[in-house]
Amino acid sequence: MSQSASQVYGVIAEFDNPAATMRAAERLRDEGFRRWDVFSPYPVHGMDQAMGLKNSKVGWFSFLGGVSGYTIGMLMIWWMNAVDYPIVVGGKPYFSPFSAFPPSYELTILFGAFGALIGMLVLNRLPRLHHPLLKHRRFALASHDRFFIVIETADPKYQPDATRQLLESLGSTRVETVEE
Amino acid sequence: MGAAVKVEVPVPPPELARPPLVANQRPLGWISDAVARISEVKTPMWWWLAFGISFTMMLVCFAMIAHLMSTGVGVWGLGHPVMWGWAIVNFVWWIGIGHAGTLISAILFLLRQRWRTAVNRAAEAMTIFAVMCAGIFPVIHVGRIWLAWWLFPLPNANDIWPQFRSPLMWDVFAVSTYFTVSVLFWYMGLIPDLAVYRDRARTKLRKFFYGLFALGWTGSNRHWSNYEKAYLILAGLSTPLVLSVHSIVSLDFAVSQLPGWHTTIFPPYFVAGAIFSGFGMVLTLLIPIRKLCGLEDIITVRHVDLMCKVTLATGSIVGYAYGMEVFIAWYSGNPYERFAFWNRAFGPYWWAYWIMIACNVLIPQLFWFKKVRQHMLTVWIISVLVNVGMWFERFVIVVTTLAREFLPANWGYYTPTWVDICTYLGTFGLFFTFFLLFMRFLPVIAIAEVKGVTPQADPHHPLGGAREGGHHG
Repeated sequence: MSQSASQVYGVIAEFDNPAATMRAAERLRDEGFRRWDVFSPYPVHGMDQAMGLKNSKVGWFSFLGGVSGYTIGMLMIWWMNAVDYPIVVGGKPYFSPFSAFPPSYELTILFGAFGALIGMLVLNRLPRLHHPLLKHRRFALASHDRFFIVIETADPKYQPDATRQLLESLGSTRVETVEE
Repeated sequence: MGAAVKVEVPVPPPELARPPLVANQRPLGWISDAVARISEVKTPMWWWLAFGISFTMMLVCFAMIAHLMSTGVGVWGLGHPVMWGWAIVNFVWWIGIGHAGTLISAILFLLRQRWRTAVNRAAEAMTIFAVMCAGIFPVIHVGRIWLAWWLFPLPNANDIWPQFRSPLMWDVFAVSTYFTVSVLFWYMGLIPDLAVYRDRARTKLRKFFYGLFALGWTGSNRHWSNYEKAYLILAGLSTPLVLSVHSIVSLDFAVSQLPGWHTTIFPPYFVAGAIFSGFGMVLTLLIPIRKLCGLEDIITVRHVDLMCKVTLATGSIVGYAYGMEVFIAWYSGNPYERFAFWNRAFGPYWWAYWIMIACNVLIPQLFWFKKVRQHMLTVWIISVLVNVGMWFERFVIVVTTLAREFLPANWGYYTPTWVDICTYLGTFGLFFTFFLLFMRFLPVIAIAEVKGVTPQADPHHPLGGAREGGHHG
């Protein structure tokens, strides 16, 4: 069992149910671990608080997208219909914020939606098609019906034996190491 | 879950008990198995049969479009005064059907209707394919189809830009945004489920493709945290979007000056009709799917019952709108408006009007009865009739007004040609070809979301491992 820390990605603990996982997560949060994560087949309600995660920043990406969508829409319509090639239609003004609103509104939503999706991917560092956990033989169950907690060796509080014992004491059914 | 440990679950009094969202207390893993099974077993015979028919019909659609392009729009029944025949009827009909998907995925999400999880994936797929079918019609009815890209604000050789004061231009933005955002929403929902498929994959090919599109999803809670926020934002953005799309479609009519079209009730009335027809189509699709794919425990009778209630509510709103239109036509004192509505009900297209009233207003009232809502075959037949009725609604709106406008010298009678009919039937081929491929290769049910609404997924529920008092700690 003597592996150097550089070869070991971390220690993985398997749990049977969400409540046990959440109890363990609260403990790890209080112990002050930094580089660790919970893996579950669905988002567990309340796990963010249990892990001590802050509110997600995806909203800012979406907001930025929405604002730029609306601005681009309005400026585009004004420039096309009132500056570059003005055409008189039914005596209406070349540019009116009212008739320009519907397309700009749609562009707000379009860019805001792209912002949300891209924000989610950027904050999650996805796509990432290779990950040490994806090679672990039990980990495929994380998308099925099992719950896992992984503490990385890079965590400042990680200690090979103590961390493993801690996870066992928290009710994990199986604690293993994950190779890099 | 925890092997053979017996868990005490407090039971509410019978009058408060509700049927569970996943019937028969299925465990979490069963949900993955049941859904993934559909694309893992040998392709069933019914699938090949349905696919063969759909694919042939899709080819018919393409052949009709080729015929139209090479000959001209004269092959359709269009002509003075009805220049907006079946093409626009079909466009509005298909785009209306597309509204249920986003309603289920966005509005019901914001309203915390947890039953949506069983139906949202299929409904979103339906939305995307329906909008694809819808998009064909405005493009091919412009005549010179190769110039349809002028609809978009792209520089062209004439140096002219699109005219943004026209609702038709707003429509271009509304429909293309709707399509794009629906695809984004759908794809984002698919990511965790593609990871499920990737993790179960036995063959190299499946592992590669599902792995590629799952983007390396691991189910990390740090990821879920951002994912859920993004999902909430997309739902928040899609809600005003879905309401705006059919409102803008209705403005194509309402902003014109024609009697029967120029009314302020159009936007809300169109939105209600769209959701009504969309739910009709969701029921038409899901009732056979739950049987054919063995998903009766996930799409339960309760789900069908609830969707019938939405259909009843929106159908009644539509019925109210019909009544209000007639009332306003009388109350306005405008002779043209009065004539337009008299003509709808008793003019040359009276049969279309009364099919519409029967299918949209009268027949859905049967959903007041629980017996009807829970009898699958009856629900299915009514759902088909709803779609028939909604098609006739658009026919009534488009054709009766154009065929009888202000000057009797301008009057006419519109009939479709065989090309009109084959193009419309062909779009069903397109729709079902895509839908069958979706059913075969992608998760029909949002696996992760359904897992999330089961009691054993809840850390504060005894089945989720919670200790006494309903607290996980």
